[in-house]
Amino acid sequence: MTSPHPRYAPNEGVIDLARTVLGDRLIAAEEAVGEIALTIERTALVEAMRLLRDTKGLEYQQLMEIAGVDWPEREERFEVVYCLLSVTRNHRLRVHVNTDEVKPVPSVTGLWPVAGWLEREVYDMYGVLFEGNPDLRRILTDYGFRGHPQRKDFPLTGFVELRYSEEHKRVVYEPVRLAQDFRTFDFLSPWEGAEYILPGDEKARGEAPGAPTPAPAPTPPAADGGKK
Amino acid sequence: MAASEAPVAGLDQAPAAPAGETEIQNYTINFGPQHPAAHGVLRLVLELDGEIVERVDPHVGLLHRGTEKLIEYKTYLQALPYFDRLDYCSPLGMEHSYVLAIEKLLGLEVPLRGQYLRVLFAELTRICNHMLNLGSHIMDVGAMTPNLWLFEIREDCMNFFERASGARMHAAWFRPGGVHQDVPLKLLTDIADWLDNRLPRLFEDAISLVADNRIFKQRNVDIAVVSKEDALAWGFSGPMIRASGIPWDIRKAQPYDVYDRMEFDVPVGTRGDCYDRFMVRVEEVRQSARIMKQCLAQLPEGPVASLDRKVVPPKRGEMKQSMEALIHHFKLYTEGFHVPAGSVYVATESPKGEFGVYLVADGTNKPYRCKIRPTAFSHLQAMDFMMKGHMLADTTAILSAIDVVFGECDR
Repeated sequence: MTSPHPRYAPNEGVIDLARTVLGDRLIAAEEAVGEIALTIERTALVEAMRLLRDTKGLEYQQLMEIAGVDWPEREERFEVVYCLLSVTRNHRLRVHVNTDEVKPVPSVTGLWPVAGWLEREVYDMYGVLFEGNPDLRRILTDYGFRGHPQRKDFPLTGFVELRYSEEHKRVVYEPVRLAQDFRTFDFLSPWEGAEYILPGDEKARGEAPGAPTPAPAPTPPAADGGKK
Repeated sequence: MAASEAPVAGLDQAPAAPAGETEIQNYTINFGPQHPAAHGVLRLVLELDGEIVERVDPHVGLLHRGTEKLIEYKTYLQALPYFDRLDYCSPLGMEHSYVLAIEKLLGLEVPLRGQYLRVLFAELTRICNHMLNLGSHIMDVGAMTPNLWLFEIREDCMNFFERASGARMHAAWFRPGGVHQDVPLKLLTDIADWLDNRLPRLFEDAISLVADNRIFKQRNVDIAVVSKEDALAWGFSGPMIRASGIPWDIRKAQPYDVYDRMEFDVPVGTRGDCYDRFMVRVEEVRQSARIMKQCLAQLPEGPVASLDRKVVPPKRGEMKQSMEALIHHFKLYTEGFHVPAGSVYVATESPKGEFGVYLVADGTNKPYRCKIRPTAFSHLQAMDFMMKGHMLADTTAILSAIDVVFGECDR
């Protein structure tokens, strides 16, 4: 018995068939955690998707989701993930495409009209451009919003906050002012590969022999408040 | 008429244009964001030709709370309650996809009792959700009484949730590895009693008022007909795709938990209009009751959550007795568990359709990326093509038949 996740048709043969059908449009294909992910050449995306949809034996009729992922350390930092579903073969497949801030991804709105909003959302959240999308507006963020909030370098608090101003009788936008510092808790265990030095952990650097011992902790104030 | 001959003030001066030469301009109105029939904060910009809708531009995102961003800063367990707040009409259905995604990445087994309880309450959530949707659909097209009766059932469901989890709506009861706590026996017998007596009586009464009602049919039959091809292309799922005649149900096709042990039928529509969507949901309520009865009959004894102490924290009583349990408890509620690197897309049949979670783990205790696939997003996008050529008054019927909740659509 394994975990009780949704169980669809087995993955056997899908990668081989996809490889013969897609040819050199396919950069990489991997099967991990029971799911197949194909990485496809960005410029050939539309043709590859058409083949995945219309080839007998693949038949991924439905585009269920387009997700963006930000990997800032990569050369092409954004990954656009298309989740496909075949209702006749009862199988799911993911198609990955890599891009960056300026290189546009060909839009698949011509194949699936549902891609319109899904691409708008990826554009809104990551700033990935989709070439051929007829209506690439922002979708989830505020009217007049600036920036792309799901990028890893966008702070969780954002840059502006809004409130109703009694003085101006309207909602005003102001830079974020935090009443307390943003607290981020890092519970990664220092014994299991954390790469920073804990504050006060002088020994981590490997002290020279004979170095002075750390200063003793300050004596706490007396519990009775120093009376008598 | 020459431009210089501007009419002087006074109605008698207005030139009587011959028929067919009057220039009619399209009229643009805002539906929402604060409209009782908008089911939340939806702003529809409608372009009307007389009373005929020419174009719809839905503006969503007014309830955007940045859930996906927040989840990236929380541990896997801390992120769970956010899912209740997505589709606040069917909270446990939302949690279901998320916990299954984590379990898939971890390769974690779930004890049978935990799986049965999840299915039982997922189906109760479906009933609860459909009560709200069916009731408000009926009300949006003009009938008041059934909504009040259906809310009675919804209230019963809420009470059951409260007795199981302590919360009426935001249960946070499904956990990676099982469910948070076991249910009392009396709750199970009460649910069984309710399924046998109260639910069918109230529900069938309420539906009998509308199912064959002439006015209700006039407002719904042949409104927003969606063909099979369109339903596939627009990414429909759940009752929306079934009403279009495609017998696609993830519970049946890709069974998760113990759905493969359940016997139930998948209702399918014949015309793909609003009436079919309504009736598909009505039948789903009856099938959900059937599944729940089977769950209650088959419910085995045993633990309700995995005994893997590296993922599932021990119970409080055990924690007070055992040093090891205390350490596990402390570690799991501060650091949380680590999920091996990888990515999965897990989708379940939520009451509104396919609710998916694309989870990217990087081996730490926090999700690297958690993309939520809302059901309403693709359905709402199809508003434009479903509304084209319909009357303004049909907007509410179409919107209700989509079953849209903005907590989930806007995330």
